[in-house]
Amino acid sequence: MKKVFGSPVFWFAVVAILVLALLPLWVSGYILGILTVAYYYGVFSMAWDLLFGFAGEVNFGPTFLIGLGAYTAALMNNAGIGIPFCMIGGTFVALVGGLLLAVPALRLRGPYFGLITLVAVLLLQNAIVIFARFTGGEIGMTVADVLSIDTNVNYWYALGFMVVCGVILFGLSRSALGLILQASGQDSIEAQALGFNVVKHKLAAFCISAIFSGLTGTMLVFYMGATSVDTIIDISIGVQIIIAAVLGGRRTILGGAIGAIFLIVATEFLRPLGQLNTFVVSGVALLVILFFPDGMLGYLLRKGERG
Amino acid sequence: MQILQILVDGFAISSLYALGALGFTLIFGVSGVLNLAHGGIMVVAALIGWYSAGELGLGTYLGTLIGILAGVITAFISYFCVVRPIQRSRAIPHEETEIFVLTGTLLLGIMIQDGMAYLFSDNPITMRPLIAGVTHIAGVRTPINEIMIAVICWAVIGLLWLLVNRTRIGKSLLAASMNPRGLTLLGFELSRIYLLVWTIYGVLAGLAGVLLASFLGVGTNNAGQLTASAFSIVVLGGLGSVSGSLIAAYVVGYLETITAYMVAPTLRPIPALILLIVVVYVRPQGLLGRR
Repeated sequence: MKKVFGSPVFWFAVVAILVLALLPLWVSGYILGILTVAYYYGVFSMAWDLLFGFAGEVNFGPTFLIGLGAYTAALMNNAGIGIPFCMIGGTFVALVGGLLLAVPALRLRGPYFGLITLVAVLLLQNAIVIFARFTGGEIGMTVADVLSIDTNVNYWYALGFMVVCGVILFGLSRSALGLILQASGQDSIEAQALGFNVVKHKLAAFCISAIFSGLTGTMLVFYMGATSVDTIIDISIGVQIIIAAVLGGRRTILGGAIGAIFLIVATEFLRPLGQLNTFVVSGVALLVILFFPDGMLGYLLRKGERG
Repeated sequence: MQILQILVDGFAISSLYALGALGFTLIFGVSGVLNLAHGGIMVVAALIGWYSAGELGLGTYLGTLIGILAGVITAFISYFCVVRPIQRSRAIPHEETEIFVLTGTLLLGIMIQDGMAYLFSDNPITMRPLIAGVTHIAGVRTPINEIMIAVICWAVIGLLWLLVNRTRIGKSLLAASMNPRGLTLLGFELSRIYLLVWTIYGVLAGLAGVLLASFLGVGTNNAGQLTASAFSIVVLGGLGSVSGSLIAAYVVGYLETITAYMVAPTLRPIPALILLIVVVYVRPQGLLGRR
């Protein structure tokens, strides 16, 4: 415990969170809106990093879990159920969906696992379009309730949610579970030889990732007041989450949040470039991968260790 | 009647799928790279080919050649600017190279897609067919272009087979897929072989892109889907297995055509996706893959 309070990273994080929490005093609602979305994406990226950075499994389909949570919550809400129960329901369905996907898929290695998760996204996307009568198809659907109509309140909800999720995920990654996952990601045979049940731990990581992705998906729906394939499930959303996690620094958890905020704010800043903004952002991400493969936070931490 | 229609239409699209997936499986087999910018390369070839054939008025044949050249150049860019630096980087641990190559090529694919959309807009384009006109095969109205595409695809696949199995350089390519270290010990320059593989890959993907543009039309938004279909065909057939990919291309092509004709055009990709899941669970090495 002493080690945590003594580390500069901890105090830096506390100051950063305080500054972010006070932002509504200075900046406009437009910027707050962008940051609100960025915080939710931050949780997606952190949940993804637990699986990728630690367990070494590339999940190309984070939006499968997010979409399950979001659409379940939206459908339940339109059936007249209150927001808290919708969030529980959405999270539960995301967990079940994640289990159905992961139990067989985790037997597979490397590209096969990635492919199956990619196919899961495509199937969910098609299923939503086919059952357009209930889900609104390609146009999307609106929900009856929203978290709040006040921009500031929504912003604080998102920030608080990201901080709580960040603390839990970071704690998990530093726990025994995180260490075993890291071991099995780097050399699964040796981890098995040491007596750890690799598949069981990876499954646990996947379930945790599913719970956080699904829950955040439901939050995002009740923030935006609507859900659609293009904003929640499309593969490009999943790619953004992945880029954010790698950009911020894999195997750091918190890097995912930093990467997501950077990515979304940068995309917004580059909006005057018009169509080219995604081009530039992907280019920057590619350069980071080529020259600083540890990502922003990873690079800083490593530099700190040396110096 | 409808069955004949399905047989004829499915054959052309399957041949194109085979050509597109062949290069993808080739570079995986030889250098162990899954190139997620694959669809991007096809799109570049299609758009540049269309632009030089139509807008610059160079004609369909010259346009096709320029399109293929653009495909080769894009393949080189993905190898020299993304894949090779990642493979040689010291900062990336060896066991994570694969994941980084996947992420890096994915990013390049997005850059290609957005860059092309900026230059040419994201409206789908259709190239003028190589040969115009319509003929009848067993009573089915078929554009001659469709037959032409199937013939070109199979001619190229045949040439590739001859190159790999009958020439010295082709055999060294085959050897590189089995044991790269052994090959370098025998005094072969491995980097030259990789260069050759990426050239062949660029030609195959470029040709597939141009032909697709003259058959169904191509837009920048197709890039991701083209990558996904090549990826799934290759996994279905067995990663690195050329004949497996060819069979898988026909399975997927016909499955899609049958669904489009018999059930509904909107459900077109679904049976192939479900089949892919079943195969990966039951037989992860694919139809003809080695373990």
